[in-house]
Amino acid sequence: MPMPAAEIEALIKAALPDATVEIEALVDDGDHYLARVTSAAFAGKNRVQQHKLVYEALGGRMGGELHALQLQTSVPN
Amino acid sequence: MSDTNERISNIVESNDVVLFMKGTPLFPQCGFSSRAVQILDHCGVAYESVDVLQDMDIRQGIKSFSDWPTIPQLYVKGEFVGGSDIMMEMYQAGELQQLLDEKDVAKAE
Repeated sequence: MPMPAAEIEALIKAALPDATVEIEALVDDGDHYLARVTSAAFAGKNRVQQHKLVYEALGGRMGGELHALQLQTSVPN
Repeated sequence: MSDTNERISNIVESNDVVLFMKGTPLFPQCGFSSRAVQILDHCGVAYESVDVLQDMDIRQGIKSFSDWPTIPQLYVKGEFVGGSDIMMEMYQAGELQQLLDEKDVAKAE
């Protein structure tokens, strides 16, 4: 099921209020996205833990509704 | 521990490098699985693959096993490393090769 980019961004920001979220549509089908998320909440966490924080923010949609979301996480400089 | 969890645990413990994926390394059925296979091939390591499309229990079970919602999933010496995005980031940073080196896993023939 397609999901608008703005909705993805809103969900991430609701869970990680300080986050900078950039979403790029890889294919113009409302389904294939690349999300770059920068947040201080990632500090001291490994990549798996960082990605899990974002997946939690998406509330179980990852792997279901959102099947093709590529994710890049980083800590602000 | 459920039977499926135990089966997954056995697979992960008995293979140094194992990729749970959709399809097979020769015929991946998803772009992300295909990318994971290419990365492992570039690293030149020997690995086992499990086609989750052939086993619904594992397809669902692997998601709770590591509390990770997507496939592919890479495990090295019993530890969950990540999905294809993390594999790509690590590969580009040279960290995946380093990890495989440090864990002293067998090279591909």
